[in-house]
Amino acid sequence: MSGPPPPPDVDQYQAGVPSGDRGSKILAPLRTEGARGVAIAVVSTIVFFGVIVFAVVNSSGWPLIKEAFFDPEIFAEAFPKIVEKFWRNVFIFVTAEVFVLIVAMIVAVLRSLRGAVFFPLRALAAAYTDLFRAIPTILVIFLLGFGAPALQIKGVPRSDVFWAIVALALVYSAYVAEVYRAGIESVHPSQVASARALGLSRRKTLRFVVLPQAVRRVIPPLLNDFIGLQKDSALVVVLGYQEALRTAQIIQSENFDFTPYVALALVYVVITIPQARFVDWLVERDRKRRQAAVGV
Amino acid sequence: MSADARALSVEGLYKSFDQLEVLRGIDLEVREHEVVCLIGASGSGKSTFLRCINLLEPIDAGRILIEGEEITAQGVDVNRIRQHIGIVFQAFNLFPHMTVMRNVTLGPTEALGMRRRDAAGRATELLERFGLAEKRDDYPDRLSGGQQQRVAIVRALAMKPDVMLLDEVTSALDPELVAEVLNVIRELAAGGMTMVIATHEMGFARDIAHRVCFLDEGVILEEGAPEQIFSSPREERTQRFLQSIIDAGRM
Repeated sequence: MSGPPPPPDVDQYQAGVPSGDRGSKILAPLRTEGARGVAIAVVSTIVFFGVIVFAVVNSSGWPLIKEAFFDPEIFAEAFPKIVEKFWRNVFIFVTAEVFVLIVAMIVAVLRSLRGAVFFPLRALAAAYTDLFRAIPTILVIFLLGFGAPALQIKGVPRSDVFWAIVALALVYSAYVAEVYRAGIESVHPSQVASARALGLSRRKTLRFVVLPQAVRRVIPPLLNDFIGLQKDSALVVVLGYQEALRTAQIIQSENFDFTPYVALALVYVVITIPQARFVDWLVERDRKRRQAAVGV
Repeated sequence: MSADARALSVEGLYKSFDQLEVLRGIDLEVREHEVVCLIGASGSGKSTFLRCINLLEPIDAGRILIEGEEITAQGVDVNRIRQHIGIVFQAFNLFPHMTVMRNVTLGPTEALGMRRRDAAGRATELLERFGLAEKRDDYPDRLSGGQQQRVAIVRALAMKPDVMLLDEVTSALDPELVAEVLNVIRELAAGGMTMVIATHEMGFARDIAHRVCFLDEGVILEEGAPEQIFSSPREERTQRFLQSIIDAGRM
């Protein structure tokens, strides 16, 4: 078989779409500079951060800061408790994310329907995204979390977790619907023309040609919104539900020390970074697969 | 079917984009197994005409009949009609997220309802015939332009169309890749495929066409056998167009 052509430089899938922060970009220049470059980078990094740490630790205010934010004993006490309650946040945001993926897709598809007869559906989808992107998330949580149970209507759930999930799913579905829609609109009309020319119906064209390409393109911005949602799961604290932030708050007030907040912040950082790397890996795998010649 | 059975009839076709009249009354009859080449300057309406035949563009007036059935009538199932008309585009338009195999089997499985295995069999046969068997599991981005365009032709053929419409299928290709695509089309013509081909390749049109139509400002200004059109065009505009092609060294 003849040699495959070199892979194109421009990744068509990624064109015009932010690819998310890639850790590899930071390291990229080192690959061209070789071993000497790596050695220089190591030394300069140690010196640079060494100086900063030395300056901070020797400043007059450091002991106070250390006690208020980085108390090892309080950290050891708080961290396991916070992690234990953080599973409640995980339950809230994972459940919300599942609904967001589905609801946002429905809204985006409704909004991209053509034809006069679909006007009411398009209008409804547009009104929904406008409304829920406009209202502050915390306000939606107040409205539903306190308002809905207060109605005391039979059959309406009174669980604050239930309404917190509904509120987060409603708000973030509006954002994600717009992300999906951008993805759908980024698929070139010639792709639709090709599929329709084969005799595929609108629905099958959407399913087999438009949506698979749209979703691949929006995975990085989708992750942005999911990270936002995960962080906003802390807003549930306003309902008095004892999740991770509330737990941190309690430990903070018992000790008059902010270390529990730092511990919780650490938890958020630790769960976010692997997700970012996972998306990088996913995007890279897709790119390689499309450009790799099978069986060569 | 008799030899002069009409595969395609177009009667008084009009098409405008907003104020711009692109097609201003086109009449064309294509017999079964006939190869008709459309020539004319850019903007003369060749591409729009082909897209109208495939119902990718709604028409303003006129009628289009395929195998005697009026496809522009109210209430016609466009998806069913399109299954009988293959179209190949200038820019290939393969589906980048699917392998070559899936590109070719998508239509048969999802539009014709064929079983995947049967569709794969048909696709394999076609890919082998056009020297693409080794590429079946590759994604389009890995293929050369010529290979991509051949896959696009195979994708259209997999639907077993009655008519093939080719819209300047070599215009986006590097010169050295043009021949492999033109050879595929020659093979189709030799196999009796009914085709309407919009092209800038005048030498190719002269070789392959049974009839050449010169489109100018939305009408077929002159049509005839290739020998007549290329050596003794009657209309002054046809003469000027062909002269400009000769001046450009393209014929």
